[in-house]
Amino acid sequence: MAGAVVPAIRIQREDFDVAAEIAGLTRGRADIGAVVTFSGLCRDEQGALSALELEHYPGMAEAEIGRIAIEAVERWPLQGLTVIHRHGKIAPGENIVLVVAASAHRQAAFEAANFLMDYLKSRAPFWKKEHLADGSEGGWVEAKEADDHAADRWTKQGQ
Amino acid sequence: MATKLIYFAWVRERIGKPEEDVELPAGIETVADLLRWLKSRGEEYENALQYPDVIRVAINQEHVGHREKIAGAREIALFPPMTGG
Repeated sequence: MAGAVVPAIRIQREDFDVAAEIAGLTRGRADIGAVVTFSGLCRDEQGALSALELEHYPGMAEAEIGRIAIEAVERWPLQGLTVIHRHGKIAPGENIVLVVAASAHRQAAFEAANFLMDYLKSRAPFWKKEHLADGSEGGWVEAKEADDHAADRWTKQGQ
Repeated sequence: MATKLIYFAWVRERIGKPEEDVELPAGIETVADLLRWLKSRGEEYENALQYPDVIRVAINQEHVGHREKIAGAREIALFPPMTGG
C-alpha cells in the first residue's frame, strides 16, 4: 500500500488555479503517469441566476472531505490527491470545486476522481442557495436522488 | 451538561438562529428523540423539523443515523441533505 500519500484538502473562499494545482502535484516527480482533474463550475440556466451562495460547516467540511480522500488513497494506488472546495458567493462561470488525482496509470486516477466527486456531492457538508438575476432569493438547491445513487454504486460493486 | 446544537441552510433559517446551547431533558437518548423534543419547542422548530426523516445529523462533526445515541455529544448539527460539489 502506498500509504505515504497525504491528500491535500482546502476549503476556501478564493478561487483556485487548475494548472498551478496540477503543477504542485507533479513538480519534480517522474513516477506520475496520469493526472485526472475534475472542475465543478457554477452553472446558470437561462440567464436567471446571478450567483450561488455556498454555506458550509467549518471544521466538518475539512474533516469529511479528508475522510473521503483517505478512503480514495486506500482504494486506488494514487501518488497525489488534491481536493479544493470553495464557499461564499460564486458567480456563474466561476469555479466551485476541484479534484486532482495523480497516479502511475490513468484508470486509478479516473476512478478516484469520479469516486471523490460522487461522495462529495452527497456527504460533504455544503449547501447551495440561489440568488436570482432579478435580485430576489431563489431558495436552496434541492439534493438530487441521482447523486445519492451515484455514491451508492461505489459500495454495491463490491470491489 | 449543555449540548451545542448547530443549524445549517434552511434548518438554520427556519429555526432563526445558527446555534444554541441546550440542556437536554432526561429521556432524550437518540437523535430521533432529540428531533422529536426540538420539534415541540415552538413554531419555528416545528416548521424546520416538520419532516424529520429528511433532516441529516452530525455528532461531533461526523454523519450519524437517527438511531444513534447522543450521550457524550459535544456538538450536534442538524441540516438538510447536502448540495455541494
